[in-house]
Amino acid sequence: MNTETGRHPGLNLGSGHAEAHGEAEALVFGFWVFMMSDLVTFGLLLATYVTMLDNLASGPGPKDLFELKPVFIETLVLLTSSLTYGMAILSLKHDPGRRLRPVLAWLGLTLMLGLAFVAMEAKDLHALLAKGGAPQRSGFLSAFWALVPLHALHVSAAALWLVAIAAQIWRFGLDTPVKTALLRLGVLWHFLDVVWIAIVSVVFLGGLA
Amino acid sequence: MTLAGLLDAALGRLDWNALPFWEMVTHPNASSIINGLIASGAAGIMVLGTLVTIWALTRHRLWGMLWRDWLTSLDHKKIGIMYVMLAFVMLARALAEASVMRTQQAVGLGGGFLSPEHFGQLFSTHGTIMIFFMAMPFLTGVINFVMPLQIGARDVAFPLLNSVSLALTAAGAALVMASLLFTPFSTGGWSGYPPFTETGYSPDVGPDYWIWAVTLSSLGTTLAGMNFAVTIYKKRAPGMTMFRMPLFCWTALCVSILMIFAMPPLTLATSMLALDRYLGFHFFTNTGGGDPMLYANMFWLFGHPEVYILILPAFGVYSEVISTLSGKKLYGYTSLALATICIAVLSFTVWVHHFFTMGQSASLNAVFGIATMLIGIPTGVKVYDWMLTLYRGRVRLGVPMIYAAGFLMLFVIGGATGIVLANPSLDYVTHNTLFLVAHFHNMLIPGLLFGMLAAYAFWFPKAFGFRLEEKWGRRAAVSWIAGFILAFFPLYGLGLLGMPRRTVAFFEPAYLPFTLIALVGAGLVLFAFGCLVAQLVVSIRERDDRRVPVGDPWDGRSLEWSIPAPAPEWNFAVLPQVETRDPFTEAKEQGRAYRSPEDYEDIEMPRNSAIGPIVGVAGFACAFGLVWYMWWLAISGALLSLGAMLARGFARDTVRIIPAAEVREAHESWLAMVRATPRIPRHEENTPANLGHAIPASQEEQS
Amino acid sequence: MTAPVEAEDETGTPDGTPRQELRSYLWGYGLSLLLTLPVFGAVAWDWLPRAALWWAIGAAALAQVAVQFRFFLHIRLKGQAREDLQLILFTALILGMMGGGTIWILHNLDGRMGGP
Repeated sequence: MNTETGRHPGLNLGSGHAEAHGEAEALVFGFWVFMMSDLVTFGLLLATYVTMLDNLASGPGPKDLFELKPVFIETLVLLTSSLTYGMAILSLKHDPGRRLRPVLAWLGLTLMLGLAFVAMEAKDLHALLAKGGAPQRSGFLSAFWALVPLHALHVSAAALWLVAIAAQIWRFGLDTPVKTALLRLGVLWHFLDVVWIAIVSVVFLGGLA
Repeated sequence: MTLAGLLDAALGRLDWNALPFWEMVTHPNASSIINGLIASGAAGIMVLGTLVTIWALTRHRLWGMLWRDWLTSLDHKKIGIMYVMLAFVMLARALAEASVMRTQQAVGLGGGFLSPEHFGQLFSTHGTIMIFFMAMPFLTGVINFVMPLQIGARDVAFPLLNSVSLALTAAGAALVMASLLFTPFSTGGWSGYPPFTETGYSPDVGPDYWIWAVTLSSLGTTLAGMNFAVTIYKKRAPGMTMFRMPLFCWTALCVSILMIFAMPPLTLATSMLALDRYLGFHFFTNTGGGDPMLYANMFWLFGHPEVYILILPAFGVYSEVISTLSGKKLYGYTSLALATICIAVLSFTVWVHHFFTMGQSASLNAVFGIATMLIGIPTGVKVYDWMLTLYRGRVRLGVPMIYAAGFLMLFVIGGATGIVLANPSLDYVTHNTLFLVAHFHNMLIPGLLFGMLAAYAFWFPKAFGFRLEEKWGRRAAVSWIAGFILAFFPLYGLGLLGMPRRTVAFFEPAYLPFTLIALVGAGLVLFAFGCLVAQLVVSIRERDDRRVPVGDPWDGRSLEWSIPAPAPEWNFAVLPQVETRDPFTEAKEQGRAYRSPEDYEDIEMPRNSAIGPIVGVAGFACAFGLVWYMWWLAISGALLSLGAMLARGFARDTVRIIPAAEVREAHESWLAMVRATPRIPRHEENTPANLGHAIPASQEEQS
Repeated sequence: MTAPVEAEDETGTPDGTPRQELRSYLWGYGLSLLLTLPVFGAVAWDWLPRAALWWAIGAAALAQVAVQFRFFLHIRLKGQAREDLQLILFTALILGMMGGGTIWILHNLDGRMGGP
């Protein structure tokens, strides 16, 4: 059995949120476990990508297709969204009046940054197609198109979940299920950036170096 | 667009020629008629079985009860039972398929009656069903039922997720069953290797059936693994440290870890194959920069840990059965726990031994060959620990013990052949021969299947409140053992004589005696299954003779035996405080068992939920739509699942409170009955005198 | 009995005072930027030869992952629930074995194929 403080990954809400804090341990740990399996999925996709780097089938390679600037902007956007989400959780934990507005405002900012990320990625992928970088072109491109859009799909799913939680906040206020959901979404949101670091390093920086 | 045109588009690529009798009706010849009759017969049995079930439920007005008490229940015990029931149904089908294959190979000298395509589908469905829809549900069901009881918990950590996992697995099974009527299934084996399963060589729906059935199953398994891991980490009763858990829970924990980490490679492999097939990607194609070896590597990254997922729960069952039915503490608990962990970790280091012959350098093969041999060591430790548990114990040869004895002798032989296969040079001779087929059946049948059947016999009384009938049980166990030996030992010889696997016919007359003996063995196995069915029918009919309401029919050692049988919804009226290993034996020996608790509290239990069945139906719809290119169906199914999940986020009234007074009344009346019930010694275990109240083994010796 | 205000309210949690928690996120953000900007610059303007560049990218990536685990996900080596750490370490082990193994095996096979 765990200690009294019942620690779990991510920010712990503590005794000020007794009910949520008690329930959070198993819920957040369960989500943590799910993230581990997701990490393995992305890790294997990255390994697949690396092994397919030479499988160009006489088609375009990284240097022909990737551009550093949009990736740089996307990286900053996603990193900032991790910060704004942290601010959301902090206002959830520490706002003495338990007001909804600060939490919703920070969540809204996070959502916009996340959606901006996805929109920019979509634009990049569209440009890729124009440059002859369709997934059906080669094994290398198939690996790329599995890896990067899967990450974007995760960001989109997290954004959808965020909207769903916001709707629950509007309906129920900051009750216990909402709080534990926010804790779990937080773990997911930070992992989005962790995986993006790996993708940027291996695919874009590694490819353009 | 006309109505007919609309209907045509809505049905995707589903057409009349999907029906199993179409070919023999439109192009009759000897082969199409024989194969058509067999296929139609199988489809007919499936349809008939479904209709009979629907009719029976309607006639006896059981739909309401089915929905309320079972399908929407979040009780881990009910979910576990449903998993096991699914496993038994799928076992019946897969055994039938095996029998058809064995028959074909007994008469297959120079041809036989089965077409190669039909044979290809048979070995593909046989393997896919046995692994994903028989073995996995069986062990998931047993862990589901037993583990929370053994750790002193009220339920798993995530009861709703548990229901969803079951639903996804059932949806996958339903998809494979549907392939009997809307044919064909894949002919690519249970491992689905490209480029054969790419559209170039398999443009039909077969591999798509396989992909989506396996995807549904693997999703269910990943979620179940997470559920079990969190339950064991976070929901153990006060005082139950990790090293006081029963061994079965150690194996359950390691199995969960394996499930969590081994499923991603499978999901990736099947998804990438799907991308190749549906969208023309080039992961595994022969041209365009594809690499089929990528698939083999990815699949076996999953495939090897998978076989340890299959065997570890059985090891856990044997630990429980052997110690309980010897009346003795498990020998070498710590070494058993450590060996389990070693096996789990090592299982991720050996996967290349499934493709030694596919072109790697000798040094690479050697590394994995050595790793493979190393895995035999912790398994050997376990075998010695079990033998030492039996030694100087008062061994009772009940049905679970018969299975355990068969296991100990047969599994070691299979393990030895594994060491043979672990050597890459020897593997070049035996790879893809029947030697390999004999080896893995030798591990799976005496290992996994006997373990699950022993678990079934052992814990059935706890689930349903009455023991299974012994005579039919013994007939089944002995027939399984003899049937397995006759069906599979000849295959070792055949493999060494050069007979390849997955071949419909052969031309070497020397094979014939072996295949005939194997056919006899298959017949014995079918008889064994029949004995299990007979056992269940007789047991239900005569259940009043074997009721064990006190709940401890075997003088059990762990917490699940301390509660009534059948187990109450809340498991424990008051959560136990654990101080040692084998806490129930400890309590019995110290006279602390069956004491009234000081105080009762309200108990919080989850309310029923329809989310599980909804996700199951939606999952099936989505998968079926994907197989047949019925895009409207696929999208609807996906949206329904998503909608159900989103809707659940708004649910707030998800628990019910069982008042302390109700718990007190139920528990106290049970305790009163316990105190009025005579205790029996072990030699009366299989008599009607056994009402589930045991004289502990240690006290029995004194009398 | 007068309870100390604000700062003591939530220090029941292992994550520290509200101020410390805010600082955690800001440090995480700052350090991440520090590990991102120079690496992008090095690639954009060829500040290092290829091999060294790859090492730099890899090292910066690992460091940033560690930073985010520590400052965003609040994972610490001490005072963290044992199972949380065990899982990360095990995942890292699995990633190494599966990823590394995949690359080794496919490279090995590739090298033994003739042709381009």
